[in-house]
Amino acid sequence: MPCPGSDFRLAVTLAQPLPMRAELHCGGAELLALVGPSGSGKSTLLRLVAGLSRPAQGRIECGSACWFDSARGLHLSPQQRRVGFVPQHYGLFPHMTALGNVMAGLHSLPVRERETRARHWLDRVHLPGLAQRRPAELSGGEQQRVALARALVREPSILLLDEPFSAVDQVTRQTLHLELAELKQELGIPVLLVTHDLDEALLLADHMTLLARGRTLQSGRPEAVMAEPVNAEAARLLGARNLLPGTLLRHDAATATSWIRVGSVELAAPLAPDLDPQTEVLWMLPPDAARLTADSAAPPAGHTDSLRVCIRTLLPLGGSVRITANIPGLDTPLQLQAPPADVAALNLQAGARARVEFPRARIRLLRP
Amino acid sequence: MSSPGMDFTALRLSLELGVVTVLLLLPLALMTARFLAWRRFPGKSLLEAALAVPLVLPPTVVGYYLLVGMGSGSWLGEWVERMTGQSLVFSFSGLVVASVIVNIPFAVQPMQRAFEAIPGEVRDAAACCGMGFWRTLLTVELPLAWPGVVTAFVLTFAHTLGEFGVVLMVGGSIPGETQTIAIAIYDRVQAFDYAAAGQMSLLLLVFSLLVLALAGGWGRRIGRRDALPRI
Repeated sequence: MPCPGSDFRLAVTLAQPLPMRAELHCGGAELLALVGPSGSGKSTLLRLVAGLSRPAQGRIECGSACWFDSARGLHLSPQQRRVGFVPQHYGLFPHMTALGNVMAGLHSLPVRERETRARHWLDRVHLPGLAQRRPAELSGGEQQRVALARALVREPSILLLDEPFSAVDQVTRQTLHLELAELKQELGIPVLLVTHDLDEALLLADHMTLLARGRTLQSGRPEAVMAEPVNAEAARLLGARNLLPGTLLRHDAATATSWIRVGSVELAAPLAPDLDPQTEVLWMLPPDAARLTADSAAPPAGHTDSLRVCIRTLLPLGGSVRITANIPGLDTPLQLQAPPADVAALNLQAGARARVEFPRARIRLLRP
Repeated sequence: MSSPGMDFTALRLSLELGVVTVLLLLPLALMTARFLAWRRFPGKSLLEAALAVPLVLPPTVVGYYLLVGMGSGSWLGEWVERMTGQSLVFSFSGLVVASVIVNIPFAVQPMQRAFEAIPGEVRDAAACCGMGFWRTLLTVELPLAWPGVVTAFVLTFAHTLGEFGVVLMVGGSIPGETQTIAIAIYDRVQAFDYAAAGQMSLLLLVFSLLVLALAGGWGRRIGRRDALPRI
């Protein structure tokens, strides 16, 4: 039975084809984005959910239905799971029309009812008039819609999308993003979206799970995961541009501050009590959190801190200027960006000195 | 058609052998090809090599082993003789067994290639559409592998009609029992009856050309119709 509004839970281990230890949770009408680099196990996880592969151990539940439980030796086949699956290249049946593809998901019903339902779903995904076309006669976006209609016509308990937007052009992708967001609200079932595009995850997902080498590194709301990666690996996968080395000097609980040495300067960061003093740490500063000011300006007061830097390179790029700057005593440069007007006003050029200001709260300390 | 040189008994025997071989071999070869296309297991290369051996061995070598393997001295030959009272060698039944074995690579390989060409995602999608084994086989896999099945059918049938060495070794040349058209042609040449040999050879040549051309054209048409979508 379909279970609209039911949570999906997975906790599995796997030895082949790659070692995996993963946990997922997706709310009843939520979209969970599985994000990670190639080979991190995103697609393998979808196959486990669909029943196309079998975990070594663990449990997979959708609502009140248990699909896999190694303790009880339970493993339901894909046919028994009611899963709507859109593979990366859609997996359309090339010898069938668009209508035939969607009807194929309903083989147990009388032909007339199958056709009625299939046409309804082709209309829902905005494909009226293309029912008699074969997949080779459809564009990438149209093929994706047929695959989506075929997945949904069975009224699945969960929808699995494996990088569904990777093979379509930018304009089609934006349209499909909107349609998926609308569809998600109407369906009321968990949606698992595999993607390596962080912007896509931020745009569409209610939650996101970061995967690397078969392990779930971090789960949470996309903005929270992006802002607060749990460790350096997560930060790198999330594309953190300023991940710089330092030494943790001491914690000051009274001011909720942890002090670090960066090159030859001391820097205040939000308290990170789980890190030990006198150990090497990494500190992260989002480039958009930093502001360049003139070197002679007085150090800012309150919870805004600053560093003196020496400008290394300047590169105009897409309406802003990408800047690298050296912190005294540190080999790794700080990456910054500034509006061209600020760069001109401060007369910034390679070799010039400047001050970088940033809110203390935007610094994040991580274990290396 | 009045053709005193044409050996219709041999022609009928060859056609019967072709039909029986195809009917027996194709279903078995289809499942073997499907299995080999998608499964990975230890010793797969060895099994594939064993199935392809009739392609590279001289027919006389294959014929020799079949003769020894099916003769009354072998367990198979002894068992068949005990059950049916007939010897497997120098009989039509023996010819069928030999023909099936010799044609394994002609039947398996085109179908294996055809199954291999079906994307894994298509089979995954079929499973997630709730299709079971037989429904997937009949409505998705077979229609997509159809050109390979047709090629396997044509190659097996045509090769059975043209097989000479193995048939001669296992069946001898008993008119009406094991003398196929290919052996009849050889006999006519030995008897300097070139007119009859020529007639029968021409028939085989035209038949082979027609069948191959028809099958090729049909396979291409299906291939174009069911082309995988460009993504």
